[in-house]
Amino acid sequence: MKSEFLRFVIKKFLIMVLTVFLISLAVFYIITLPPGDFLTNYVGQLQAAGESVSQETIDKLKAVYGLDQPFIVQYWKWVTNIVFHGDFGYSFLWKMPVTSVIQAYIVPTIVLSLVTMLFTYLISIPIGIYSAVHQYSLGDYLFTSIGFIGMAVPNFLLGIILMFIAFKLTGDTMLGFFSAKYQTAPWSLEKFIDLLKHCIIPILVIGLMNTCGLMRTMRSQMLDELSKNYTLAARAKGLKMRVIRYKYCVRAAINPIAASIGWSLVNIFTGTTIVAIVLNLPSMGRVMYDALLDQDMYLAGSWLFLMAIMTVIGTFLSDILLAWLDPRARKEYIQG
Amino acid sequence: MAQKKKSSNYYYASQWTLMYAKFRKHKLAMASAIILIIFYLTAIFGNFIAPQGTEQFDSRYVNCGPTPVHFFHEGKFVGPFVYGLQKERNMETFMYEFSEKSDEIYRIRFFQQGQRGGEYKWLGLFESNLHLFEAEEGGVVFLIGTDYMGRDLFSRVVLGSQISLFIPIVGMILTVFLGILIGSIAGYFGGRVDNVIQRLIEVVRSFPQVPLWMALSAAIPPTMKPAQIFMLMTIILSLISWPDMARTVRSKFFSIKKEDYIMSARISGAPGSAIVMRHMIPSFLSYIIVRMSLTIPHLIVGETTLSFLGLGLRSPATSWGVLLQETNKLETIMFFGWKLLPMIFVFITVLAFNFLGDGLRDAADPYK
Repeated sequence: MKSEFLRFVIKKFLIMVLTVFLISLAVFYIITLPPGDFLTNYVGQLQAAGESVSQETIDKLKAVYGLDQPFIVQYWKWVTNIVFHGDFGYSFLWKMPVTSVIQAYIVPTIVLSLVTMLFTYLISIPIGIYSAVHQYSLGDYLFTSIGFIGMAVPNFLLGIILMFIAFKLTGDTMLGFFSAKYQTAPWSLEKFIDLLKHCIIPILVIGLMNTCGLMRTMRSQMLDELSKNYTLAARAKGLKMRVIRYKYCVRAAINPIAASIGWSLVNIFTGTTIVAIVLNLPSMGRVMYDALLDQDMYLAGSWLFLMAIMTVIGTFLSDILLAWLDPRARKEYIQG
Repeated sequence: MAQKKKSSNYYYASQWTLMYAKFRKHKLAMASAIILIIFYLTAIFGNFIAPQGTEQFDSRYVNCGPTPVHFFHEGKFVGPFVYGLQKERNMETFMYEFSEKSDEIYRIRFFQQGQRGGEYKWLGLFESNLHLFEAEEGGVVFLIGTDYMGRDLFSRVVLGSQISLFIPIVGMILTVFLGILIGSIAGYFGGRVDNVIQRLIEVVRSFPQVPLWMALSAAIPPTMKPAQIFMLMTIILSLISWPDMARTVRSKFFSIKKEDYIMSARISGAPGSAIVMRHMIPSFLSYIIVRMSLTIPHLIVGETTLSFLGLGLRSPATSWGVLLQETNKLETIMFFGWKLLPMIFVFITVLAFNFLGDGLRDAADPYK
């Protein structure tokens, strides 16, 4: 039993390592994609700024980045730098190493993503259960239609609409994380409340699509479980419906939700990127967008790489969580 | 008698007849289908329906709000008309504001030769300058206002739909092609081939879609011709969206591979390609159609988002995303609320495609 679980984890882990390797290949390909390599752009920028760049310097820079060598060699240089030195390359836009840029912005990004995820699950699971238990009631119709609309509205449109509504109601467009008044003020209760106010729109925009999807999954899973024979048997034996629902059905229905935690991350990252751009939040999404507009590919590529790796790790963890929650899943996997 | 006839029809009806019957019962899906047909026809006849061409603008009417169309003047019916506009500077905000002059009436004429600059080549074949409606000489009609250059937003929405509604169709065809090809290879051969393709799918799915789209389209040089950007964007959009389709196809393959009729086809000596094309794919064609209808809204959102972010098509080429770029400016939200109106079209289209997909999903399994 225990060794079976261990085998499952090891197998999944090996697959994860392989996936990360393939992702790194894809990311490096994207980094080298823009026409005219970044060095040419950089030299162009330097010259435009009035600095003279000698052929010698160019050659030196070329050698440092291995630009005169074939793709595989360049890739190898990039990967070994990351693995052994934690060096993701140099951002020409910021004129500092990519790692420093990411360090400066990663905290608000991760916090915002995690808070949104928490909200997503806290809201979608209870509503899904409610909708399933009260199928075809007024509340169910209401939540189902909200779910449909929520899945259909593109994130950035929702962001703009909410900004518009916020402006009409309060006279403030709720851009950024703080109002101008608190931007440089020391931390205080008012500043914290101001921050919370500014987080409402981002969380709504990032979370809505995911929440609606999860809500619908939870509802249909719950409906499935409620109509199964074991529910009927438990009912026939005289168990209270409330106990059956929350002790048996919810536990079974929640498995696919647990399995999708990793994939939810993908949606959340998409959401944070768009929201950061539309609402002008100082987070990685905004940084990546600016980097892309300037074709600062090391910075943009590294962030893309990190997002993909986080997703893969998230998927790995949710696979293990599912195997732990549901013995059938790991059995199927080992045998199949 | 009628009842009996109906029921015998039910038993003899082909699968597709049953599907259509079931689809018609889904009211929202039917309504969505009609709306989408209207939108696509509008896009095809766009140059005729839009009062202005892509390159027309009027610097006298910059940032002008929607001009309401009236029917009654001082209680008397005169047919559709607009009032003349008066431009004044608001002394509080120091911005020009437009107000109606209730003594100037300009009737709206239908099927008129357009003003100078409105010439177009319909479908690239027939030169014309015929427009559906136009105000009388001296008057202007802006159904949903104008933008910062004095271009009619309604015209821009109609002309932009020619790109925003057709990129997704082309992208969908590519997605379906890739998805069926790769999915059926994985499903048919199984084993090691399947393993490799599974990893590939996982890699593509591990990237958050919009940031990956952004990264790829950032590589498109801005100096390219709009037609080339259009092609590249479709390719980028479909390169990232095929895995879902491939997964559907693959799992369907696995579930029907062991069916008796596939086995007997194999025993009768049918070649692999014939088994796939003649027996397997038709058996789950309906599921593919469902996925197709759900891929399109996805691609519409993709194109709109990219162009909105300035990473896709660029002005003067017009698409809904390009059009919405202006909505992300503070002054738009504060003073020019009508510029948010084009969003409604994106919203309706995406919602309609989703409902259509939902209806098709119900219809895909008519025996249930």
